[in-house]
Amino acid sequence: MTKHTLSVLVENKPGVLARITALFSRRGFNIDSLAVGTTEHPDISRITIVVSVEELPLEQVTKQLNKLVNVLKIVELEPSAAVQRELVLVKVRADNETRSQIVEIVQLFRAKTVDVSPEAVTIEATGSSDKLEAMLKMLEPFGIKELVQSGMVAIGRGGRSITDRSLRALDRSA
Amino acid sequence: MTEQATGAHHPQPRPRNPAQPAVERVTGAQSLIRSLEEVGADTVFGIPGGAILPAYDPLLDSTRVRHVLVRHEQGAGHAATGYAQATGKVGVCMATSGPGATNLVTPIADAHMDSVPLVAITGQVASKAIGTDAFQEADICGITMPITKHNFLVTDAADIPRTIAEAFHIASTGRPGPVLVDISKDALQARTTFSWPPTADLPGYRPVTKPHAKQIREAARMITAAQRPVLYVGGGVLKARATRELRILAELTGAPLTTTLMALGSFPDSHPQHVGMPGMHGSVPAVTALQKADLIVALGARFDDRVTGRLDTFAPNAKIVHADIDPAEISKNRLADVPIVGDAREVIADLIVAVQAEHDAGHRGDYADWWARIDSWKATYPLGYETPDDGSLSPQQVIKRIGELSDPDTIFAAGVGQHQMWASQFIGYEKPYTWLNSGGLGTMGYAVPAAMGAKAGQPERTVWAIDGDGCFQMTNQELVTCALNGIPIKVAIINNGALGMVRQWQTLFYGQRYSNTVLHSGPTVPEGGATEGEIKTPSGGTRVPDFVKLSEAMGCYGLRCESPDELDSVIEQAMKLNDAPVVIDFIVHEDAMVWPMVAAGTSNDEIMAARDVRPDFGDNEDD
Repeated sequence: MTKHTLSVLVENKPGVLARITALFSRRGFNIDSLAVGTTEHPDISRITIVVSVEELPLEQVTKQLNKLVNVLKIVELEPSAAVQRELVLVKVRADNETRSQIVEIVQLFRAKTVDVSPEAVTIEATGSSDKLEAMLKMLEPFGIKELVQSGMVAIGRGGRSITDRSLRALDRSA
Repeated sequence: MTEQATGAHHPQPRPRNPAQPAVERVTGAQSLIRSLEEVGADTVFGIPGGAILPAYDPLLDSTRVRHVLVRHEQGAGHAATGYAQATGKVGVCMATSGPGATNLVTPIADAHMDSVPLVAITGQVASKAIGTDAFQEADICGITMPITKHNFLVTDAADIPRTIAEAFHIASTGRPGPVLVDISKDALQARTTFSWPPTADLPGYRPVTKPHAKQIREAARMITAAQRPVLYVGGGVLKARATRELRILAELTGAPLTTTLMALGSFPDSHPQHVGMPGMHGSVPAVTALQKADLIVALGARFDDRVTGRLDTFAPNAKIVHADIDPAEISKNRLADVPIVGDAREVIADLIVAVQAEHDAGHRGDYADWWARIDSWKATYPLGYETPDDGSLSPQQVIKRIGELSDPDTIFAAGVGQHQMWASQFIGYEKPYTWLNSGGLGTMGYAVPAAMGAKAGQPERTVWAIDGDGCFQMTNQELVTCALNGIPIKVAIINNGALGMVRQWQTLFYGQRYSNTVLHSGPTVPEGGATEGEIKTPSGGTRVPDFVKLSEAMGCYGLRCESPDELDSVIEQAMKLNDAPVVIDFIVHEDAMVWPMVAAGTSNDEIMAARDVRPDFGDNEDD
């Protein structure tokens, strides 16, 4: 199965996220990653969903999503034509001996040290999931005490915006 | 303008200019009833209760909205569905919060599966109490999320007119479906203003109705180039009110046509191009024609598993043209070669023009060989049944005679099971919107309330519920509603004393071990009959409940028919009784089975015309 990234523009109304996730589970699709936030337009939220499915079921889930009244637009973002980012916060065990090695890894991956204590450092990193995975692999030997990861967000490359047409639709209805 | 607490039956003339709608000072409840009046809801089926109570006060004064007080909310939902199916308008049901709302779940799911335009209005606890597990609180929006086309929770009275307008718009346009509007009690009680029409705010709702011209041309080209085409017509054609267009297209192409369970009546059963119903209990010619086709033109149908049988063996050599208003149906089950998204009426109208253009260009399909084969299947495997040799009534005969003695405008509503299949097979449907049933969800108990709704919407028409004794015992209390509200439906109970379809499966697939399918006797009754002192039926067992007495107790006429000799006279007697509902208890043979049959999960190639009779299609010469 291949991974697909869907950008779903929805009306910013209560319960919309529940409608979308419920549809995925009811139709038997697994969500790999999910990220939600408002957009440049306060009435529109954007949900980035990563799913592992074949082409035909992807078409089916996209069509079913499109039927939801609160869904404005769905765009599949091809990895080659989009910037995809995840955020990770990771707390790594560190003492006076290992701290400098950890900081070196942080710099290698252009990550940031956001908190330091005598027994741990907390690192913030953004990037593609491959990069983050590589960094975590390097940090693992020191001992990962805690880890939290965001869902992936993605945006298409180039000057065009996927919200344009939806915004016009929203303006018309207002 | 002053408040209209009691003035609703003296509606003020309102300016027609939508730019300056008249503004009325009202409560949320009055706003709801005014909105229902404005959208044209003339009949509402429901039951009041705590949270919806404010809405029932102005309802008392409304002269434009008739409320029918049902006996169970499930009845309200199915009645609204029956009303919608028979009239083409949006059906409306109303219930209170909590259990009232949850009792609507089955009919809402039913309407969702069969794409019936339905608006369900439920009361909700006060907005401040939502989420606190308050008395009679249920998250009905959450519960109905997967079984509605859309739903709304309204907690601000000002949103009521817009929400009602949107609900009716969503329910009735595109692929129709149920919409639930949940309104908190405080929103119903609050003071607000009412003006009409409200401005809809549905930026994400844009159903495509106009088909793509290129796809239409390709479909027409394929139809005229095909050698073995079949028009596979589904309920979408009825929803789109496209039956006139369908007939023109069918006769223009000359292709065989099959109507699904949801589409019966969309094309006259007696038409020579009609090859019957497809699917599990479809006719041999229809099932086989689809299997052997080289082109299937699906119009408002969805390749349901009951039609296709085992999907990977369904119509193996057919190209598929699939037209549906719901893009998600296209290529969901069977990959379409030519997908057409659009309203069935527009699709068919455009197809007529495109096929005519093909004909004008000298491309006309030659289906003579195809028809020769289909006609031979029609001649060899007509629908039939055996009459029991013990002199008891055959259920098929009962249903057939009711159909024959009824005029073609009669509306039939069926429950779910054997009687439903026989009613689909042995009644000829010549006109659209004369057949109502629960196709997708298979809801036992649908018939009586759906017939009630249909009769309420079409009071001049005769409405029969063809019901089973199992189904009847699920929703018969709505006969009280019928009796008290002047809705004289006619009910034929096809009483075989058993859950007949399940029993048929036990006969065929479970070694005749009849586990819990006998309805007219308890578990302790010994084999072969009832305990002493009880009345015996021809099939053995008790006569509990006595449907005649039960019907009389509910204010209906109760008749019984037990032998073929009295069949016509009892039906005719029922036809003459129009001042109250009539129930006929037809005591029928319990071993009758529905044939033809494709066993669940098997290929349509394995269709059995009757028990142990597999049709001979001369398979070797095929394809």
